[in-house]
Amino acid sequence: MSEEQIKELEIQFEARIARDEKIEPKDWMPEKYRQTHIRQMSQHAHSEIIGMLPEGNWITRAPTLRRKVALLAKVQDEGGHGLYLYSATETLGITRDELLEQLHTGKAKYSSIFNYPAISWADMGAIGWLVDGAAIINQIALCGASYGPYARAMVRICKEESFHQRQGYEILVTLMKGTQEQKNMAQDALNRFWWPSLMMFGPTDAESPHTAQSMKWKLKRKTNDDLRQQFIDQTVPQAELIGLTIPDSDLKWNEEKQQYDSGEINWDEFWQVVKGHGPCNKERMKARIAAHENGQWVRDAAMAYAEKKEKRKTNK
Amino acid sequence: MKNNNLYKYILNIADNTLILGQRLGELCGHGPSLETDIACTNISLDLFGQTRNYYQYAAKLKGKNCTEDDIAFLRKEHEYLNVLLVEQPNTDFGYVMVRQFLFDVYHLLFLQELQKSKDQTLSAIANKAIKEVSYHYRFSSDWIKRLGDGTEESHQRTQNAINDLWTYTDELFHQTETDKSIIEEGIGVNTLKLKEEYYIRVNKILQDATLEIPESKYFQKGGKQGMHTEHLGHLLSDLQYMQRTYPNMQW
Repeated sequence: MSEEQIKELEIQFEARIARDEKIEPKDWMPEKYRQTHIRQMSQHAHSEIIGMLPEGNWITRAPTLRRKVALLAKVQDEGGHGLYLYSATETLGITRDELLEQLHTGKAKYSSIFNYPAISWADMGAIGWLVDGAAIINQIALCGASYGPYARAMVRICKEESFHQRQGYEILVTLMKGTQEQKNMAQDALNRFWWPSLMMFGPTDAESPHTAQSMKWKLKRKTNDDLRQQFIDQTVPQAELIGLTIPDSDLKWNEEKQQYDSGEINWDEFWQVVKGHGPCNKERMKARIAAHENGQWVRDAAMAYAEKKEKRKTNK
Repeated sequence: MKNNNLYKYILNIADNTLILGQRLGELCGHGPSLETDIACTNISLDLFGQTRNYYQYAAKLKGKNCTEDDIAFLRKEHEYLNVLLVEQPNTDFGYVMVRQFLFDVYHLLFLQELQKSKDQTLSAIANKAIKEVSYHYRFSSDWIKRLGDGTEESHQRTQNAINDLWTYTDELFHQTETDKSIIEEGIGVNTLKLKEEYYIRVNKILQDATLEIPESKYFQKGGKQGMHTEHLGHLLSDLQYMQRTYPNMQW
């Protein structure tokens, strides 16, 4: 294809995006659009499966049968989201094996929030309420993304996430109605998860390298800072309602702007965790790689069996 | 308690599903592939669902504000009445599938009979559970075939698991005094009648999977009387952690 032809295709492509048309797997797309989508969608898929680990840590210790079943179902949903997102990413011409390889070698990233430890039962509440809450805000913005398979995945995933968020909040509501010890447990979980949840929206707009291009392609429809503000405004009243205190002494309602002013995020911590030096980065990767490597013989067996079966069929 | 025998009999059934569900729950997020991970979690969820139905019924029989969670979390080790098979650890995916398969074959035959129980609640639970367990059986027997007839490594690992877990199969049919009286009342399942069919089915799948049927005639039992392997205590220390550390609270 000549340079001119490519230029022409690019103009048509940009026009389709401008008209809010969905781009589908077989449509022509600029290579950079494809690569950017592979990066973001797989990062999202990786986050789902790494996200299974901190909560998975409490499945065996959930305090009641009802809570155990709900937690199991939640973590299973995350696995389902991962599966769904890997499949959506595969439509861009890359395999799940390649994507996992990128995760395991550290080439691909996942959401940093999962590098924080889940050390008490109340963390199951805080993660559902805050982490899934932040994820929904990010993902609702993505339901209108230009790439069709991604946008459709988001619609479906958002429905389940909002159920998870309510479930998490309800865990904390129950704790806040309980003994002083339970209330302390809930407050402690909020203290630890509040700031990392705000960091989930990524660096400030000024520091975000991909924002401008992603906004243009409608892979992103709102900036990091806008989404973060939306999360704060939505979450603060929920905390107050059940007697939890947001661990930010600068937090106060700004009547003029009709939103909350809040304190400065510790960006050094953010970059430290992103660069692999958070509390659990190494453990998470170890657990993931171990699952993959320990499963190799199982996947090999399934493949070998399928081939044998196929051969037997053709020999008949 | 008036219905003490029935109460104990229900625990005998439900402790199996509780402990096996707990074992499968340990694997969530660590499976060999996303598909198997999701499937094993699904089976775990089914088993916990069944457990809750049984325990809620048992709690009602016990009265005095007893709840499903009191039964699940607040007994001593020797008061759990599950068979030894289900408490065996997740050594590798071969052990997980063999344990599942050896239990599923029994579980399916058992529920088919429990459906005919004179006790309407038990019959209804069995009726619902059987649909789920049919799927468990299909899943685990398919995997036994894949693993047994897959690669040399998978064959060997699965054969090892069969050899190690075989010793726990006979206990599935063991009848305690409680079982006997409940069977006489037309409520319980006469497991002795399931034994022949069980080994026919198991052997058939193992043969299809090119696996050898162990010849050992030595079997272990004791779980049904509350005498367990060393593994159960550790499983319970996880299971009971919250209820023991923070007693008498709502969650």
